[in-house]
Amino acid sequence: MDSALIPKGVKRCSLPVFLFGVGIVGVVLLWGVYAMLLCWLKGLNQTNMNDSYGFALWIWADLAVIAIGGGAFFSGFLKYILGIDELKNIINYAVLIGFICYSSALLILAIDVGQPLRSWFIFWHPNVHFMLTEVAFCLSCYFAVLTIEYIPLVLENRKLDEIPFIHNFTHNMHGIMAVFAATGVFLSCFHQGSLGGVSGVLYGRPFAFREHILVWPWTFFLYTWSAAACGPCFTILLTKILEKITGKKLVKDYVIDILAKISGIMISTYIIAKIIDTIYWAWVTAPSMGFNLMDFYSSEHSNPLYHGLWILLLEIVIGGIVPAVILISKKLRSNQKLLLTAVICGTMGVCLNRWVMVMQPMAMPVMPFDSWNLYLPSWQEWATTILPVAYGIILIAFSYRYLPIFPQEKELNPIEE
Amino acid sequence: MFPFSFEWIWDMGHMVFMGGLWYALGIIGLGMTYVIIKTLQDTFGNGGGGDHH
Repeated sequence: MDSALIPKGVKRCSLPVFLFGVGIVGVVLLWGVYAMLLCWLKGLNQTNMNDSYGFALWIWADLAVIAIGGGAFFSGFLKYILGIDELKNIINYAVLIGFICYSSALLILAIDVGQPLRSWFIFWHPNVHFMLTEVAFCLSCYFAVLTIEYIPLVLENRKLDEIPFIHNFTHNMHGIMAVFAATGVFLSCFHQGSLGGVSGVLYGRPFAFREHILVWPWTFFLYTWSAAACGPCFTILLTKILEKITGKKLVKDYVIDILAKISGIMISTYIIAKIIDTIYWAWVTAPSMGFNLMDFYSSEHSNPLYHGLWILLLEIVIGGIVPAVILISKKLRSNQKLLLTAVICGTMGVCLNRWVMVMQPMAMPVMPFDSWNLYLPSWQEWATTILPVAYGIILIAFSYRYLPIFPQEKELNPIEE
Repeated sequence: MFPFSFEWIWDMGHMVFMGGLWYALGIIGLGMTYVIIKTLQDTFGNGGGGDHH
């Protein structure tokens, strides 16, 4: 029924099967939209946030999707700035994932501000001494860049491409894409960094506070570094998941290998820096503020299990060292099971890092008479956090069905006439 | 915010933050303007329907 819209030379499932799959995810999407409307219409009393816990579940989700969406800017940097042309075979998908991640991040922020009609205040009445102002600026501009990068992909749809104006428009967009990609890299580096900076400057919360280089705390650089390192892991992971669902090979192994190798080098350098940062924080920074390392983790301080020392070890060892070792070795990353393990660990590691830097500082007591802040999200918070996942699945489904996302798909899956 | 807004102060914070925003928006705006003008030229300027394949 919709075969005229499907790219030439590729096979897709029947329309009823497609709509059935999308319909199931659509129910989850509607659940999230209902919760979102509740938050907008009734206010943030629909959440379990309070004065102590102002950054809750969806802010962690926000930071996590921004980090794993970093594959878009870093792949763009590698292809358009460093000229690694082989990545043209996966860049469309990286852009799509980035577009989904950043639109989700903005959606979450629109729910979080509680009064989205006043979102423009950040541009007209900015607090120019606040890192989140820079984040808001860069996030909005980078989303515009991602939209510009995604538009040519949409316009390459078989039917749309037949219109001369659209065909020329797409061609000219591709011609100037390096400029947009470079702008995206600039914007990404700053908003990723400033998100980390927000935690690092909290001198009233020694768990998050870090030493500075000029005005930038260490977390500024670690956030950018980790997004560039682990973003490609998420791109590879979603490629593998889509290959599994469709039962097709969509990207040649050498393309994945290049991205995995670069990701491995980045994760290796990142995790060394992260370990140095953690050691310095534990031995110098925290003690200078009156805390020992185990004050943050000891069960004597009624430390809840989900804020235990195991999270630190999980983040650094399983989420950092393991993917670094696998991805940096040609022999190990050539093994598909180990490659999959590495990209899962890398993605998990960066998401966990955002959890540690956003949620744990809120929960930890900072005064001797304080106790742990315990927080359980309301169902509305869960629903609005799951909403972007459902939205992402639906957008990937439509994009894969109707757009030439994977240039190598036709060659890898020839259709017998 | 623009320099003619009553809240504007000529300090480093405003110049760096707002300058960065306008710089990024300027590149995006100029880039898109260039693409649209070139597309109009390519499509309608030389007999129309230019094909780049």
